[in-house]
Amino acid sequence: MSPEYDLVVIGAGPAGVAGALSAALAGVNVALVDGAARPGGQYFRHLPEGFHPGRPGALHHGLDRFTRQWEALRERATLLLGHRVWAVERDEQGVSVRCLEGDREERPRTVTGRRLLLATGAHDRPLPFPGWDLPGVLTAGGAQALLKGNLVVAGRRVVVAGTGPFLLPVAAGLAEAGADVRGVFEANGRLGLARHPLLAAGKAGEAAGYAVSLARHRVPYHGRQAVIEAHGEGGLTHVTVARLDRHWRPVSTRTVECDTLAYGYGFVPQLELPVQLGCATRRDADGGPVVAVDAGQRTSVPGVYAAGESTGVGGAVLAEVEGRIAGRTAAADLGRRVGPLPALLRRRERLSAFARALLTAYPVRPGWQRWLREDTLVCRCEEVPLSGVREARELGATDARSIKLLARPGMGWCQGRMCGYAVACLAGENVSAPRRPIAQPIRLGDLAALTRSPLEG
Amino acid sequence: MKQPYRLVRARPEPEFEISVDGAPVPAVPGQTIGAVLHGAGIRAWRATRFGGRPRGLFCGIGVCFDCLVTVNGGPSLRACLTEARPGDRVCTGEGGLAVLGEPGEPGEGPGTPHGGQENGR
Ligand SMILES: Cc1cc2nc3c(=O)[nH]c(=O)nc-3n(C[C@H](O)[C@H](O)[C@H](O)COP(=O)(O)OP(=O)(O)OC[C@H]3O[C@@H](n4cnc5c(N)ncnc54)[C@H](O)[C@@H]3O)c2cc1C
Ligand code: FES
Repeated sequence: MSPEYDLVVIGAGPAGVAGALSAALAGVNVALVDGAARPGGQYFRHLPEGFHPGRPGALHHGLDRFTRQWEALRERATLLLGHRVWAVERDEQGVSVRCLEGDREERPRTVTGRRLLLATGAHDRPLPFPGWDLPGVLTAGGAQALLKGNLVVAGRRVVVAGTGPFLLPVAAGLAEAGADVRGVFEANGRLGLARHPLLAAGKAGEAAGYAVSLARHRVPYHGRQAVIEAHGEGGLTHVTVARLDRHWRPVSTRTVECDTLAYGYGFVPQLELPVQLGCATRRDADGGPVVAVDAGQRTSVPGVYAAGESTGVGGAVLAEVEGRIAGRTAAADLGRRVGPLPALLRRRERLSAFARALLTAYPVRPGWQRWLREDTLVCRCEEVPLSGVREARELGATDARSIKLLARPGMGWCQGRMCGYAVACLAGENVSAPRRPIAQPIRLGDLAALTRSPLEG
Repeated sequence: MKQPYRLVRARPEPEFEISVDGAPVPAVPGQTIGAVLHGAGIRAWRATRFGGRPRGLFCGIGVCFDCLVTVNGGPSLRACLTEARPGDRVCTGEGGLAVLGEPGEPGEGPGTPHGGQENGR
């Protein structure tokens, strides 16, 4: 049977939507699949219609542009929202994208295409520290998702911590929404908001906006400081903030009262689908694995393209540019007439050089390992403490994989998405690309009902 | 009106109710169960298998599985991804927090049947 679509795009964030639209405009028959109920991905996460917002763009920079792209796409492509992809298979004909439809009922559905564009984005990269699993401790992106997607303010008194420019919009958003933001604690050096690298990339307006908002709400911004412990009985009541040396070893500490912590140390690209397909990966500037692509956003697997955070963390603007390039390449490879667009390629080079500079300016330094105690959970799901990881090492498990087999970190529900980075660091390794035969949980019954399981072979 | 609502000039539809251990909690159409609970100040709704540690939202986008919740007695769902529906009954367990099963246990809902084999080959 020939595939239903010329191109299937997975991910309705800035990369996927731009890619789908570029291809559709070139005459390609496109289906766009996303697990979420609404488009936007992480950055342009939409509010549910039930809110009828008069000014939806108040929480997102550049929402109008995204909305126009989405409206244009609506008329030209098949949009399959609420479809979580758990596996992708490839044969001579093209790709079969295995989905589960609906957030509760989970109806299986397979979408087939001659080509595939992966634009699955990233998730937060948390570091473990004592108390990181207390209720009230959230990832920075999680706090942002509550606000942008639900109009729920993560807490009353909130501390924002971690590293990277993403802490700014998170803190500004919370402050605008009425939270008492007790401070932003940036573990890397305080560059001073005026010299913030966002300014260098011509994002002056956006960075200045956050700076003004933080100043107006009297939110202090501290460099070289981090939250190294969270306290509370059953829920967060205060955190220990430390001044750090260059290696992030604590120098002195103090206590800050808060009911909520929103924190993150960068992002981890979601690579399970590209890895399932056998796409080659490369190391990004921060040492983490990302999908390797050529100048046209082609992966190493014929007919499979990738764009956005999965090819390197660089933010929404770069994601859109990469998506446009990928959509045009796919259209050209499908025999459509697509003219060259050198300005777009130059724009991508500029933005990705800036993204690499940011990753280098906001690294994770090894001193965080000193924040842990013997009983600090490294793996939240399997509740493996640091001592468990140490014991495994003493028993001879020298790499992350054997530590995992002995002590079970990364063997639980999240399959190492939350602790994989930390376990690799504790093993003294670079993080490797995840091997997860299933990208989204699926009930055993549904799995058995499928005639041919992708787990075979 | 709530400040984030003012920020985006929201004119929300009438709220409906879900019940959490029998107590009514208001929800705006389209909000996730996780957001409804967290917004109502309920920050933990399950306990971990070994340490009995309380857990609620963490990643907020469906990747950490900390927010698993029992709705209408059915299999556990990720609260941060599941939209609330009028009349949903959320159970956090009697006299304490619900302890959910092993990843991938048959009948325990969204399992990751081969989760334990990741990297294990
Ligand atoms: C929680 C979170 C919040 C963020 N908020 C901001 C912010 O406020 N400001 C900012 O500048 N940056 C933010 N970021 C950074 C963000 O990664 C980029 O700004 C940008 O959204 C990346 O665009 P993208 O198109 O590559 O991926 P995304 O926008 O992440 O889009 C990926 C899409 O793929 C879908 N998807 C992934 N896997 C599957 C699957 N298996 N099946 C079906 N669908 C799937 C997801 O549902 C998502 O809609 C956030 C990141 C995270 C993790
Ligand atoms: S909060 Fe992480 S999966 Fe729901």
